[in-house]
Amino acid sequence: VNFAKKFETYLCDGPENTATTNKDELIHYFTEMSRMRRIELVADGLYKKKLIRGFCHLYNGQEAVCGGLEYAITKQDHIITAYRDHTYMLSRGATPEEILAELLMKETGCSKGKGGSMHMFTDNFYGGNGIVGAQCPVGAGIAFTQKYNKTGNVCLTLYGDGAANQGQLYEAFNMAELWKLPVIFICENNGYGMGTSTKRSTAGKGYYDRAHYIPGLKVDGMDIFAVRTAGKYAADWCRAGKGPFVLEMDTYRYVGHSMSDPGTTYRTREEVNEVRSHRDPIEHVRSLILSNKFATEDDLTAIEDKVRKEMEDAAEKAIAAKLPADRELYTNVYIQEVPIRAVEASNSFVPSK
Amino acid sequence: KEVTVREAINSALDEELARDQRVYVMGEEVAQYNGAYKITKGLFEKYGADRIIDTPITEAGFAGIGVGSAMAGLRPVVEFMTWNFAMQAIDHIVNSSAKTHYMSGGKVFNPIVWRGPNGPPTSVGAQHSQCFAAWYGNVPGLKVIVPWSAEDHRGLLKSAIRDDNPVVCLESELLYNYKFTLSPESQDKDFLIPIGKAKVERQGTDITIVSFSRIVSNCLEAAEILAKEGISAEVINLRSIRPLDVETIVKSVQKTNRLVTAEEGWPQHGVGSEIAAQVVENAFDYLDAPIERITGADVPMPYAKNLEDAAMVQVQNIVNACRRVCYRKK
Repeated sequence: VNFAKKFETYLCDGPENTATTNKDELIHYFTEMSRMRRIELVADGLYKKKLIRGFCHLYNGQEAVCGGLEYAITKQDHIITAYRDHTYMLSRGATPEEILAELLMKETGCSKGKGGSMHMFTDNFYGGNGIVGAQCPVGAGIAFTQKYNKTGNVCLTLYGDGAANQGQLYEAFNMAELWKLPVIFICENNGYGMGTSTKRSTAGKGYYDRAHYIPGLKVDGMDIFAVRTAGKYAADWCRAGKGPFVLEMDTYRYVGHSMSDPGTTYRTREEVNEVRSHRDPIEHVRSLILSNKFATEDDLTAIEDKVRKEMEDAAEKAIAAKLPADRELYTNVYIQEVPIRAVEASNSFVPSK
Repeated sequence: KEVTVREAINSALDEELARDQRVYVMGEEVAQYNGAYKITKGLFEKYGADRIIDTPITEAGFAGIGVGSAMAGLRPVVEFMTWNFAMQAIDHIVNSSAKTHYMSGGKVFNPIVWRGPNGPPTSVGAQHSQCFAAWYGNVPGLKVIVPWSAEDHRGLLKSAIRDDNPVVCLESELLYNYKFTLSPESQDKDFLIPIGKAKVERQGTDITIVSFSRIVSNCLEAAEILAKEGISAEVINLRSIRPLDVETIVKSVQKTNRLVTAEEGWPQHGVGSEIAAQVVENAFDYLDAPIERITGADVPMPYAKNLEDAAMVQVQNIVNACRRVCYRKK
């Protein structure tokens, strides 16, 4: 596969603008990105039925970033992101049921219904931070542990173009470079921080060259092969002990910032449709499969049907699950259960012995 | 054995670093400079740059790195040069460290100790003279310790480092040079003081004085003066702000029927306010007089010596309050 958009490089040569793949890989990527798209569509539907409450940030359009990065690293490596985190749970290996159950505030949710959309955690995945930019130094800290324990693993630290202007990101850049931490800072530049376009939020053009002493790459974030190639290149860089790396993923979200945002006041429908019809990450893989005759349209529809059924079944199970038990209000505040004052002091929680 | 509070903290850190490879110390000037207040003196030489880590002056950044490293399996002791500077990092202390265990449904934890000098030293003005006990005491998910004696500093800090929850340790710059006698027991490398238990430093029958950190010294002095006047004061050293040992306070008030609280922080929503509320809720019928709070004056700390003295809690203020609460005038 030749990449339509070449990497832009900073302080490094960068990888080749091409990747090789095969039938199995293509089918797998098609399936996994379809699962990401579908779980968000299911969440969208459940939200509109008022079964999901509060904040809910969907990932539609950005699937190549999440997918490509997962295939650039191993399960022993680490990932932390912000609040647009459902699909990272999927790619890290969580089940659709525990993700949807969390959204539906059920006891079977990945955080027992106590975290919600923005606070999901699974093996070597640390959420799930609702404070814009706060995950950046935390990710550097996860990488700090990898270096301290000499594990050879890296930490992918994701943030948006909005968070890229937070001061603490630059604090993290500085210490990561000083201490040669194996952290890959990844800016998912989808063009808008909430409703503020990058032009209105950010002086300077690039996000891949913003830590002026750390090498970086600008990557077509709509092409899973470009993302995978860049991710591997950055991970190799870190594993070689050369310190941190910055990736800018040029991507796009079709939906609004969150459920309360129709996503149309600060950009045009034409702009969204243009990206959908020319740069969609799943359609890109579909066309590679079809043009190489690795599968037929019918085969792919069958995969999509299977994915739809998987997510609908998961939603059904999640809907049927129970809300967390009342006592869960008072657990996990500390590691050990402790007495906790309730709204009325006379109802206060006493741990069972 | 007589030691300064500074030596007590240093020995506790040293022993815990030796005991557990996962423990490391991070902060501004903690390594090559030997600590801005010399708390970490000698540790860099002994444990090296991998475990005693100088940071740039970027509190939000290194606080976040501390949390991440703890989530991934280490046990950091993060020093703030003073707690005033930790306001740059309070988001990570509260949002990243205190809440993650809960919002992950118990999946993620971060055993981390946040420590440094708190409350007013002297002559450094408004931005360097604030007590944060009430701030951090407000946050579920955090434990907050406020050691006074050398024994407290050793036992509480060692417990904090071994605790799997995030712990805020509020020290006092003025206490660092105070000398205390360490019992043989408290010199043991496994000497631990349970977090959440207060200590009755002086038994008494007429009035209960509750305090923490440096002001415990003032309260004990006040108790001496009151004793000469025939007032027997019981002095409680809280040792922890959260969990707060309400039981020990209530038991004492049930005995003495009178209560004065003393702290360096501001009055509104202060630690004394919380104690007063707890005593009203739990021992109202035992009170023979209104509770009185002694606190720092409700102003930013002034620089001029005479004004600063007037803004800070003096022994005489505590004596005065106790006399009023005991309906005695002199």
